[in-house]
Amino acid sequence: MNQPINSASDTIVAIATPPGAGGVGIVRLSGTSAREVGEKITGKALAPRCLDLTNFCDGQGMALDQGLATCFAAPASYTGEDVVELQAHGSPVVLSMLLDRCLELGARLAEPGEFSQRAFLNGKLDLVQAEAVADLIASGTRGAARAAMRSLQGAFSLQVQALDTGVRSLRAELEASIDFADEAEAFIDDESVRKHLRRLQGELEALLEEADRGARLQQRPKLVLCGAPNVGKSSLLNRLTGHERAIVSDQPGTTRDTLNEPILLAGLQVDLVDTAGLRPSAESIEAEGVRRARQAIAGADLRIDLWDASRPETRGVWPPPEDGQGVIEVMTKRDLVTEAQDFGCLAVSAKEGTGLQRLRETLEEALGTNQGEPAFLARTRHLEALRRAQEHMHQAIAEQEVGGAQELVAEALRVAHLALGEIVGITTSEDLLSDIFKHFCLGK
Amino acid sequence: MATRCEGADIIIIGAGHAGVEAAAAAARMGADTLLVTQSIETIGQMSCNPAIGGVGKSHLVREVDALGGIMALAADESGIQFRVLNASKGAAVRATRAQTDRSLYKAAVRERIEKQTNLRLVQQEVVNLNTERGRVVGVETALGVVYAAKAVVLTTGTFLGGRIHVGTASLAGGRAGERPSTELARKLRDFGFELGRLKTGTPPRLDGRTLDLPVMQVQASDEPLPVMSFMGDGRTRPAQRPCYITHTNPQTHDIIRSALKDSPLYTGRIEGQGPRYCPSIEDKVVRFSERSAHQIFMEPEGLSTQEYYPNGISTSLPYEAQVALVRSIKGCEKAHITRPGYAIEYDYLDPRGLWPWLETRPLEGLFLAGQINGTTGYEEAAAQGVLAGINATLKVSGREHWVPSRREAYMGVLVDDLTTQGVSEPYRMFTSRAEYRVLLREDNADARLTPKGRELGLVDDSRWRCFSQAQTRVAALTKALRSARVAPASPLARRLEDESGTEIARNQSMFDLLRRPEIGPRLLRSLADEDLRSASGLADWERVKTEASYAGYLPRMEREIEQLRRREATPIPKGFHFRGVKGLSAELVEKLEQHLPGNLAQASRIEGMTPAALSILLVYLKRDEAA
Repeated sequence: MNQPINSASDTIVAIATPPGAGGVGIVRLSGTSAREVGEKITGKALAPRCLDLTNFCDGQGMALDQGLATCFAAPASYTGEDVVELQAHGSPVVLSMLLDRCLELGARLAEPGEFSQRAFLNGKLDLVQAEAVADLIASGTRGAARAAMRSLQGAFSLQVQALDTGVRSLRAELEASIDFADEAEAFIDDESVRKHLRRLQGELEALLEEADRGARLQQRPKLVLCGAPNVGKSSLLNRLTGHERAIVSDQPGTTRDTLNEPILLAGLQVDLVDTAGLRPSAESIEAEGVRRARQAIAGADLRIDLWDASRPETRGVWPPPEDGQGVIEVMTKRDLVTEAQDFGCLAVSAKEGTGLQRLRETLEEALGTNQGEPAFLARTRHLEALRRAQEHMHQAIAEQEVGGAQELVAEALRVAHLALGEIVGITTSEDLLSDIFKHFCLGK
Repeated sequence: MATRCEGADIIIIGAGHAGVEAAAAAARMGADTLLVTQSIETIGQMSCNPAIGGVGKSHLVREVDALGGIMALAADESGIQFRVLNASKGAAVRATRAQTDRSLYKAAVRERIEKQTNLRLVQQEVVNLNTERGRVVGVETALGVVYAAKAVVLTTGTFLGGRIHVGTASLAGGRAGERPSTELARKLRDFGFELGRLKTGTPPRLDGRTLDLPVMQVQASDEPLPVMSFMGDGRTRPAQRPCYITHTNPQTHDIIRSALKDSPLYTGRIEGQGPRYCPSIEDKVVRFSERSAHQIFMEPEGLSTQEYYPNGISTSLPYEAQVALVRSIKGCEKAHITRPGYAIEYDYLDPRGLWPWLETRPLEGLFLAGQINGTTGYEEAAAQGVLAGINATLKVSGREHWVPSRREAYMGVLVDDLTTQGVSEPYRMFTSRAEYRVLLREDNADARLTPKGRELGLVDDSRWRCFSQAQTRVAALTKALRSARVAPASPLARRLEDESGTEIARNQSMFDLLRRPEIGPRLLRSLADEDLRSASGLADWERVKTEASYAGYLPRMEREIEQLRRREATPIPKGFHFRGVKGLSAELVEKLEQHLPGNLAQASRIEGMTPAALSILLVYLKRDEAA
């Protein structure tokens, strides 16, 4: 079992306000050193329950932002621990810099639902709220997993995997030479260990640099339009974006590729994604479009599942939702049916513009409760893990350089591996033993 | 008609390495103990190779020893070749290994068993367990004798449903030439235990007079001679004999390949899973077909016998093939096989059916230890034996059970792995299984466990006195070394620089100097003041050096351990309703119900467990606790 060390004495930090360029954003700290961290950032002694107008400074004393700082002393706080709240301007860039500064000062990024969990464990919440807290952890974790997936797409993910594999194979070599000292196998020599370590450290540094750059980019929640061909996905996209972005025709299969358009919902930038209609197709371009559509649908934070009022058979032509994915069902082309009946879902007409306000409200509400963790937080988590891995890799190298005991090199590497495992999944000692038995002929 | 005989508090069934440690531990703690074995002649029998220790295993031996156990003392009395493995690496993974004289070892064990107060021995075959209302109350033997007991420790080794294979021939047996316990295996199935099948094997034994040992490479004991026991001083040791090293060759491998058609392993006669780290020579040749040679340690079986144990060619090929393959090996051209090698299949009970203190879940008062739990190795068996003996005694005296945690002992790693993960092959200890490897060393097994052993009544006065004195000496030495400063260019610094080739650029304590890899305890001690030298031996200096070099790793590990400790301190009550916990996946709920973890730490090691699921569990546990 591997994870960051969640000791209750850890000080945790998170951005407490919903993401988006709102007016005010709050960074909240809880734990024994919350006050110390807060005081280092503000450069002021924080008295409990006073509101201080102050600068928030980085490590060089440069102001990142100006805002209000409040401190609540344990046990009279939300979590029952010392809590500090830093109210800054709501820009995601400012908030993420503030968060980074807290992490630099020794706080740890809170796990989903962790503030509530601490409040509960410290007797600050009623016992009947246990379920609600559990729900919060569960849904938050699913949201974080999705965000992590988003942030980890493509090359970055492959590089971390490759690094993990490299560390794993070096560990297997080291562990084999320790546990099977009496065997006649050619185990790894010191020079090769040194070379491996240096190469891994190089890869890790390159990766960190790249991830650091990437972490500054914003990742927006994705809203994906989903349904059979010609149910009116593109028309709805054009309506919601307010301009004729997508080509619309009566011809089923007009949309061949996915199309991303930013829209503003509840003050939050969201990507609205139009997709090709879902149907089996012999034609290769369309088939590729459908494949991309399915990929986009799987990665959606929130799905809008559409069906055509004039073709009830198009209702339900949707893939099953991913774990924790929000789904809103919408009937389109309301204008084509005359009777005033309840369809059991939202009804819109892109042509006449009816039902759009309701749809917007529903989307805003769903985004508020269901977006989970923003991708940049997920990425901050990954960066944290990579930095820890780097720190222990340095230690392994230092140990190796001074000719220290081999099991200490192995120990530093184990801890570095644990950190990587937080991103790509853990390697158990049983996994390592399997590698060892695969590569070496061992045993008498 | 059953005859009732005088019972005991605790009955131990089986007198192998698990059974004797269990019996001795229970008796040391004051329980009235009865040890029942099929044969008193085979008490402490080494069924596989005549050696104790090795990497990971010696750590277990030291722990058994720290609790006043038998194994290390018996090895010191019977060892005919001693080596320290990983001598070039750090103290955490350094491991003592003793080649022993098989009959001296047995005699040393038997002597201790026969001298142990509160312990009686009886030769009978147990065929049934008597129970009342889900609780074991005694045992019944093949002669129809019934012995009452408050707790029973079952250590049947490979005897449960044992079947021996040599080529296409197979026969029922628990060890070559000995009967299996088929009846008991059947009874256990009736009680609702999950039985599985495992396999292990041994090589043919050779007549030393027919071996050409001079052509082989000699491997002698290390100098100075290592000792196994904390109480060992080397004076009990018999004469030393070397081992020899030879190799298989392409011709050997051809012989093996052409005999595979009659191999019970490769014709599907053996269904049990064998250990990956102890493969038969058939397996090695098939799986690593590109190798042209495999190493064989030619180990003497003892001082008074001519037999040799060719460690590395465990096989169940037909007899003729065994003769041919042995004779193809350098130095064995004229070898005579005294006992053919064989594979043995036996039943084991899924250890996930055990509480961590080795009591079975289905049958209260019944404890299992050793190979019956799916482990392999004398050392793994002995470690479980001690724990089972201790906990059976605690049980009958109405006290709370005791199990060391993963941070305290390899024993803790062993029982935790077994009872939460189960086994898919015979389980052997490796240091890589221990997360806190740098804390769990041979050299500090006493400090980790002897105080607890004393508290439990396992440690006698003389061991306790030696232990306390050693602790005091090391503490005093540490203090003295911390306060002794060495200035650059001082005479001592100059000499250290000359001897170690390292530069002493600033004023620092001798303790800090000792931390440097290039400054050994022997060197520093030889240059130290007379006072320091006379107050403490080299072993104490080594101990301080070890503590000093690992000190930097402690804070981080302490944090990890603190988390573990907190999770261990969060019990999951018996009968906890996992299905009632919202937010856990169905798959995880199923695993939790299957493993029934006793605390959050155990739950954390269940495959597929996530930090979020643990957080959720914690919330529910606290709710129930407060409600």
